[in-house]
Amino acid sequence: MSRVLVGVKRVIDYAVKIRVKPDQSGVVTDGVKHSMNPFCEIAVEEAVKLKEKKFIKEVVAVSCGPSQVTETIRTALAMGCDRGIHVEVSGKDYEAMGPLQISKIFAALAKKEEASLVILGKQAIDDDCNQTGQMTAALLDWPQGTFASEVTIDGETVKVVREIDGGLETIKISMPAVLTADLRLNTPRYATLPNIMKAKKKKIANMKPADLGVDMVSRVEVLRVDEPPTRLAGVKVETVDDLVAKLKANGTI
Amino acid sequence: MSAEQAAALGVSYPPLQTYSEEEGMMRDAVNKFAQERLAPFVSKMDENSLMDPEVIKSLFEQGLMGIEIDPEYGGTGSTFFSSILVIEELAKVDASVAVLCDIQNTLINTLFTKLGTAAQKERYLSRLSTDMVGSFCLSEAESGSDAFSLKTRADKHGDYYVINGSKMWISNAEQAGVFLVMANVDPSAGHRGITCFIVDRDTEGLQIGKKENKLGLRASSTCPLNLDNIKVPEKNVLGQIGHGYKYAIGMLNEGRIGIAAQMLGLAQGCFDQAVPYTRQRVQFGKRIFDFQAMQHQIAHVATQIEAARLLTYNAARLKEAGRPFIKEACMAKYFTSEVATLTTSKCIEWMGGVGFTKDYPVEKYYRDCKIGTIYEGTTNIQLSTMAKFIDKEYDH
Repeated sequence: MSRVLVGVKRVIDYAVKIRVKPDQSGVVTDGVKHSMNPFCEIAVEEAVKLKEKKFIKEVVAVSCGPSQVTETIRTALAMGCDRGIHVEVSGKDYEAMGPLQISKIFAALAKKEEASLVILGKQAIDDDCNQTGQMTAALLDWPQGTFASEVTIDGETVKVVREIDGGLETIKISMPAVLTADLRLNTPRYATLPNIMKAKKKKIANMKPADLGVDMVSRVEVLRVDEPPTRLAGVKVETVDDLVAKLKANGTI
Repeated sequence: MSAEQAAALGVSYPPLQTYSEEEGMMRDAVNKFAQERLAPFVSKMDENSLMDPEVIKSLFEQGLMGIEIDPEYGGTGSTFFSSILVIEELAKVDASVAVLCDIQNTLINTLFTKLGTAAQKERYLSRLSTDMVGSFCLSEAESGSDAFSLKTRADKHGDYYVINGSKMWISNAEQAGVFLVMANVDPSAGHRGITCFIVDRDTEGLQIGKKENKLGLRASSTCPLNLDNIKVPEKNVLGQIGHGYKYAIGMLNEGRIGIAAQMLGLAQGCFDQAVPYTRQRVQFGKRIFDFQAMQHQIAHVATQIEAARLLTYNAARLKEAGRPFIKEACMAKYFTSEVATLTTSKCIEWMGGVGFTKDYPVEKYYRDCKIGTIYEGTTNIQLSTMAKFIDKEYDH
């Protein structure tokens, strides 16, 4: 039976107010609350559900980054993943890490672990790249079911209902494949206390990108990070006629 | 930094607010669960004075009702400090839900775990961790602080006891499947006759009275109990005959820390609602937070909450370390309940008129906190207990 790889990314918590660093090189991360990327939570939930329905045998949670990402892997274990892999990346390599490097790591791991499925969140809420899943599939030359809002396994194929601009698209792809989770795929479970205790005994393996033959050199350089422009105050008007007049006056209509 | 990381770095005396990785994960999980899943139910449960069965079910599903129970009985197998963190996080959202969880974990489960025979543990612990709520029945109409003057009698008849009497102020009574009833088997022996009996809900003669219509903690059912010639088999005695008073004192010493955690969470939850308002509300051209008088009051309250937290956490760690903790537990309960009173009162003031309406959550915290200085040992009892310890400390 099969094994699924799930990617989990440690990101700044969605509820935190983001601030740009004074040197404009990035955002402030020190001392800021971090959590598992919400789309990754949905990916984990889907993988664990598939295991509970006995379509797959083992779920492996993978995260790339410094030692803190093991907390994120532990949360995935507490949600029901069987074991974890921590790919150590730190310092400059971590700051420059992007979808290309991650997808190379995942492609290598998918082959090494003989995975039938790689399930990722559709994007991370910090960089909003929406590229890792697609790149991973391309590197592996595997089919991809992205923006999944419904996943059904049928023998060696997967039916994926995708959320697209025009509505919903249903595709059938063969395994092994890469799937990326969209918002409505499922509602992630809370880690129950007994599962948190059980997660302590589950193994997290350590490795470096070099062990997988992956070079972390980035082809992208961040030049500057700016705050969005401050929102200007609105103007209140008394009547609909006033509103139309104002919209005409500033050229909106 | 977790406790494990601190140890690895050779930090011998990490700050009190250092948690093991397990404790940290549990606290975060319960925080998320409480803020997202429980919060929508709170207002309605308060208004209707009724705990939603869905809420209770989800507490069991999350493993919050058997935190220290061994996994062999379906429990989580974690520590006392984890329970304290769980109660605190629940109380930030609803003090009634927190007290249900607190009584189950710190009183009921602990009594069964420490005193239960193998058969009793087998029968009750797995149910307590998965679907059954328990109630602790000590107080009566005529015996509150003077708990051991209780009048409920248990008369022995062969291999069973006949219990007669009534209990008052019993929390969780509406939902409980099992009641731990303190009754006296030998009134002539005074408090040394008090014995703890396990009474199942469906026992004939056990009548659960109409719940009290309370100022606060309204979703927590508080009922009188009538015990009318109820027959309880000998095997349902928990622990030893005549040792009930000791068990009660022992459990209440620990339960005290749980209540401290509840009051702490309540104060913090209320504070977390009020401060954002002060940062948004503008008067005289600036945020009301920016007025010095407001800043001083807010900082003062924040300091009190921090002190309350340190007292609570320290009392919990002392207990876990097997060191004397009773005086510290009294201090924690006394102080946090007073801090909760101060905090909630100030929060309403900071929010002005809207704080006084039911559209905003702070008035509920204000009503809920009042019981803190009263139950599980009134403030005066706590102070007298502390004084006894202080007196002894100077005996040379």
